[in-house]
Amino acid sequence: MAAKRHSRRRHARERYLRIVGLSAVAAALGMLGLLVVSLTFLGHSAFVQTMVDVPINLSEELIDRGEPAKGNYRKIVTEGFLNLLPEIQARGERREAGKILSPGARWIIKAAVVANPNLIGTTHTFTLPLADPFDQLHKGVIPRDVPQDQRRVSDNQIAWFDHIAASGRISSPFNWGLFFNADSRFPELAGLAGAIAGSFYALLVCFVISFPVGIAAAVYLEEFAPRSRWTDLIEVNINNLAAVPSVVFGLLGLALLLNFLGMPRSAPLVGGITLALMTLPTIIITTRASLTAVPPSIREAAYGIGASRHQVVLHHVLPLALPGILTGAIIGLARALGETAPLLLIGMNAFITSASGGITDPATALPTQIFIWADSPERGFLARTSAAILVLLGFLVTMNGLAVYLRRRFEWQW
Amino acid sequence: MKLKSLTFGAVVSVTALLAAGQADARDRIQIVGSSTVFPYTQAVAEEFANNTGQAAPVVESTGTGGGMKIFCSGIGERTADITGASRAMKVSEWQLCNDNGVTDITEVLIGYDGLSIAVSRNGTALDLTKEQIYLALATEVPVNGELAPNPNRTWSDVDPSLPDMAIQVFGPPPTSGTRDAFVELAMREGCKDNAFFEALKVSMEKKEFKAYVKEHCSRMRQDGPFIEAGENDNLIVQRLDADPEAYGIFGYSFLFENSDRLQPVTVAGVAPGMDTIGDGSYTISRPLFFYIKNAHRGVIPGLEEFVEEYISETAMGPEGYLSERGLVVLPDDQREEVQNAAAGSSAMTRYTN
Repeated sequence: MAAKRHSRRRHARERYLRIVGLSAVAAALGMLGLLVVSLTFLGHSAFVQTMVDVPINLSEELIDRGEPAKGNYRKIVTEGFLNLLPEIQARGERREAGKILSPGARWIIKAAVVANPNLIGTTHTFTLPLADPFDQLHKGVIPRDVPQDQRRVSDNQIAWFDHIAASGRISSPFNWGLFFNADSRFPELAGLAGAIAGSFYALLVCFVISFPVGIAAAVYLEEFAPRSRWTDLIEVNINNLAAVPSVVFGLLGLALLLNFLGMPRSAPLVGGITLALMTLPTIIITTRASLTAVPPSIREAAYGIGASRHQVVLHHVLPLALPGILTGAIIGLARALGETAPLLLIGMNAFITSASGGITDPATALPTQIFIWADSPERGFLARTSAAILVLLGFLVTMNGLAVYLRRRFEWQW
Repeated sequence: MKLKSLTFGAVVSVTALLAAGQADARDRIQIVGSSTVFPYTQAVAEEFANNTGQAAPVVESTGTGGGMKIFCSGIGERTADITGASRAMKVSEWQLCNDNGVTDITEVLIGYDGLSIAVSRNGTALDLTKEQIYLALATEVPVNGELAPNPNRTWSDVDPSLPDMAIQVFGPPPTSGTRDAFVELAMREGCKDNAFFEALKVSMEKKEFKAYVKEHCSRMRQDGPFIEAGENDNLIVQRLDADPEAYGIFGYSFLFENSDRLQPVTVAGVAPGMDTIGDGSYTISRPLFFYIKNAHRGVIPGLEEFVEEYISETAMGPEGYLSERGLVVLPDDQREEVQNAAAGSSAMTRYTN
């Protein structure tokens, strides 16, 4: 009887433990889900862009064939666009109507003409982005049913916009510009190309520095270093270093790399070195763990057939530990990709309207780009901030997925 | 051998990186400075890059003080060419510049920026005097003839004519230039209008009174009704949108961009707007500047053209694109003076005469 009661109690406790564990997992997943859902809710509208088809007359009077870059594109665009609204004649109204089109449209046409001068003298239909307030109007973010002084677009502008929309010229294609444009002050033109390039170069520098140095340090500590008070001290320090807040590394980068060594501000090179300092402890720790995981029998077998210490490490232990090391490195890099604080301190949060061309060319990074957009007053940047966070999350998921794949694919089962 | 090729790859990429690292002279203009001037400089940088086809300038928002530090750190292609400021350069900064060899500086007044107090469209529009702003938000206010911790919890405590509603104001932190400007333009001025301080003014010397006001009127209250909301003005806008009883302090451009959600608090009967800030009738406004390092002109490619673009009529003129971003432009005669001084690289005279 007592034994039965006892066993029932034990079963109840096990159920209880299971429920607690399961609800903890559910809570964690719920929070992640909440984050992704709220970001998608806020950011999904930035993945499409409201465009308008405008026939533009690229007359030779306004563009010189010899110097296509020097044309009066402002006039060309405005005239082309206002041809869609022939009833507007008054100067003030023309100015007001001109604001429906993105102010950056003239640069798009200029780039197209410079790339293909044969367009001069023809009438070509361009698909151009609308200015941010009208993009927001079309997406329903700016309400139509409030009095005129409570929104950024006037009643007249809405009427003209609807007139153009009625002719079927307005479309909402996928916003490729979000990935292929550099930053801009106009939300409808702003994209992540500069930030993606900057993050790529910074991570490249980070990888090239931290990976070999981290492995070399770990191999020495694990395979060659004698156990002594010194190696213990080094070990404790490395573990501490892994927990140092990243902003400290940023300050170090600012003081040492910028002020003392005189490296260029805002450069991915400096960002990469700073991030490498931060990633190094992670790589050393995971590499050491992977080296320890290689069973002693492998080492002993190698020694048994007469291999030297260097041969044992380089030919046997390290290759077998490599999948684990790579996984650790990728997770370390993923952390570095999301790091903001050190980059802010070394100036990688600048506004640059062209993508970076190399590791010393100034650039932003994905997290700092999010930071800049979150601080911009234009309404369109609200959605773009969330969209940029989703893109960053996408990269992180891909990198972590790659780490999982490598572990599954190449891991040895002992 | 897998490992060998890996090592080889690493060596190759290090070499490639080092080769790429041998950068030639800087071809991008470098600009630092105030976060308030940032949107305007951003606009000029984009126009400049797209119209001339030159390398896009690097514009970084570091805050006025931080920008001055970087700007004044020396001459040479590793230092910034231009810094934006939401107040004039201080004597200490001028000294720092001079100590580091930055002696030839041109000061350019771009225009004015208004500071607005705003509330959600669903909230109550208030009309406040600067004195009422001071009484609602200062740490110490006069109570029965002496300074005491601020006892006002509701707007009607400040003045019976105001609604009986808890004071709840979101504003910038002390590191922000907007905060400095608000304290100087609203709080200290409000102090001077108060009867208690007016009485002191008579009994004190001018300098002594100024120091007294600075000491006793500059602190925003810490006991709840004033809430520091971080540097991100968008967050304040969202808070106001969600809570119609909350008020917020930020630059006029944020009110301008969010006019569908927010309404302004009028100060002494005047609402902030392009016209009222420009003619000075809305009094909580401040000048915006940028400073050019003249030693870099003609050395850094494009700097001269960039300055030309900044002071052109298409940028800072009354119909220019900076006014579209919320800048309050200078009156015609003053603008012409500024344009001539900037084009002629006139050295700033603020502290030399």
